[in-house]
Amino acid sequence: MTEAVVHIEDFSYKYPYSEKEVLHNVTLKIFDRDFLLLAGASGSGKTTLARAIVGLIPQFYGGEYRGEIRVFDMDPSLTPIYKITEQVGFLFQNPENQIFMTTVLRDIVFGMEFRGFPREEMEERVRWISRELNIAHLIGRRTEELSGGEKQKVALAGLMVLKPRLLILDEPSAYLSPAATKSLLELLRRLNKDLGLTIVIIDHRLDLVVKYINRIVVLVDGEIKLDTDVRSALQENLSKEYGVNMPVISKLYTELKRRGVYCGTPPLDADELVSNILVDQEGGG
Amino acid sequence: MGIEFKGVYYRYPETNTDVLRNIWLEIGEGEAVAILGDNGAGKTTLIKHMNGLLKPSKGDVYVDGVNTREVEVSTLARKVALVFQYPEKMFFSETVYDEVSFALKNFGFEKSLIPRIVEKTLKTFWLWEYRDRSPYTLSGGEQRRLALASILSWDPKYIVLDEPTAGQDAIQREILTHLINRKIGEGKTVILVSHDVEFIAEFSPRTILLKDGEIIFDGEADDLFRRKDLLTKSGLEQPTLYQLSDRLGLIKTDERVTLELLVEYIKKVIQCTK
Repeated sequence: MTEAVVHIEDFSYKYPYSEKEVLHNVTLKIFDRDFLLLAGASGSGKTTLARAIVGLIPQFYGGEYRGEIRVFDMDPSLTPIYKITEQVGFLFQNPENQIFMTTVLRDIVFGMEFRGFPREEMEERVRWISRELNIAHLIGRRTEELSGGEKQKVALAGLMVLKPRLLILDEPSAYLSPAATKSLLELLRRLNKDLGLTIVIIDHRLDLVVKYINRIVVLVDGEIKLDTDVRSALQENLSKEYGVNMPVISKLYTELKRRGVYCGTPPLDADELVSNILVDQEGGG
Repeated sequence: MGIEFKGVYYRYPETNTDVLRNIWLEIGEGEAVAILGDNGAGKTTLIKHMNGLLKPSKGDVYVDGVNTREVEVSTLARKVALVFQYPEKMFFSETVYDEVSFALKNFGFEKSLIPRIVEKTLKTFWLWEYRDRSPYTLSGGEQRRLALASILSWDPKYIVLDEPTAGQDAIQREILTHLINRKIGEGKTVILVSHDVEFIAEFSPRTILLKDGEIIFDGEADDLFRRKDLLTKSGLEQPTLYQLSDRLGLIKTDERVTLELLVEYIKKVIQCTK
C-alpha cells in the first residue's frame, strides 16, 4: 500500500463571517504519487479544502475548525506557512493574486531568495523550469504586461523551482488555452511519473483532465460524495448528481450505451473511442 | 449600427510590439460572435477597445457610429458591458446586493424600480441567499456569476464576456447557455471571448480567430471547427464531436456535427455484441 502524504480526519470548517460549515466531516487520504482531481459544483468547498491542506486555513483566514489534518507529518494549522510551502506548492485560482514582483525573473526566484538559495542553484532551477514550461521568452518581461495564461505559467514556475512534493492547482485550465492546458498536464504527468510528485488538481474541465488523473474525489456541499477511479466515475452521470461537467465524450458514450450500440468501457477521449469502434468493426461487430 | 474597427493597431505604453495589428472588423447589432485565440493573442486587448477602455494606437473604433475617442468610458459602459476574466477586480461594494444596485443607481434607474431589478437578477443567478455577504467571501465561480449578474441587471445593448465558462460548474454552464441564448433572442449583441471550443460549439455563432494580434479567420464556427490546421496553430482543439467525425470519416457533408448525428452514424457501423 502506498503511503498517504495527506491525512484528513473528520475535518469541518466555518469561515469567520459565515454561519454555515463549508466543509463537513471530511475524511480523505491523499497517497504518494496520486494524481487526484477534486471536483464539485461552485461553492462546494474545493478551494477551502486546498487552503486547509496548505495551512492558509486557519492561519490566514481564521474561522472555526474541528478534526485534524496532517501534511507530510506537519500540522498545517500550527506549522509556519513558509515551511509547508517547501513541501506543498499551491497555485491559486487567480494568478494575479500570486504574482507580486515587477519582473518575471524576480517573481520566479522570490521563494528561493527568501530561503537563501545559492546563486548558481537559483540560476540552474530557473533554466530548468523555463525549459519545462516553455517560458524562456518571458523571463525578462514585466509581469504586468503578461496575459492571463502567461501569468499562470509564471506563478507555477515560482512554485516549481522550490521542488515541492505535493502540488495543488486550483482551476489551472480556467485561463489557459486547451493546448496550453494540455502541455501543462503533460508536464504534470511527467513530474508525477518521474519525480514522484503528488498532484491535486481542482478543475471544472473534466474533458481536459480525465486522461491524466488516476482518481476523482467529488465534493457536494462540503461533504465527500464520491472517491473513485476515473473510469468508474465516468460511468455515472456526475453532472446531474453533483453538478460536475461531464466531458462531451462521456455524454456520447452514455447515449451509445443506452441504445445498445457500444458496450466497451467509458473512453477518456475521442481517440480512444475511435480505436475501440474500429476494433469492434474488425472483430465482425 | 454595431461596433466597427477600422485599421486598428494597439501597443501597450513603453513596449515595442503591436498587440493588435490592422484589425478591420464589423459586428452588427443582434449578432452573436465568438472571439477565439491562444493566450496572448490579443483577445482581451481587442474587447477593451469596445467600450473605450483602450484607445487604438492607430486606426479607430466606432460604437453605433461614434468614435470611442470622442466619448467618455462611463457613457460607453452603459451600452457596452464587459465582464472580465478576473471578476474580483470589479467589485467595490460591501455586499452582493449593493454590488448589483450600485450600477443601477449610477446609471440613473428609477429608485422605486431598483429593488425589484436587484432581487430578480440575484435570483436568476442563484445569488439571492448571499445578498448580505461581501462579494469577496464568495467562491471563485460565484464571484464570476455576480460579475455577470451586475452587468446584465442594467440591460446593456452589447454584452462582452471574457472567458465566461472559466471556473463554472455544470449547472452554471447551463444557466449561462440559456441566458446567452435568451439575450441573443432579445436582439442583444453578445460577444464571447473563449478558449472553450465545446461551449462555443453549442451556439455555433460567427467566429473570429485571432493570432498574434491579427484576425486569421472570420466566419461560421462550423467551418472553423473543421479546420484542424488553423485551430492547432492557435493553441486550440477541434470540439470532441468534430474530432470524432473527422477520425471516423463518418460525416462527409457540411452538416453541423451534433451528438445525435454522430450516434446515428456510429449505429450504422457497429452494434453491441454482448
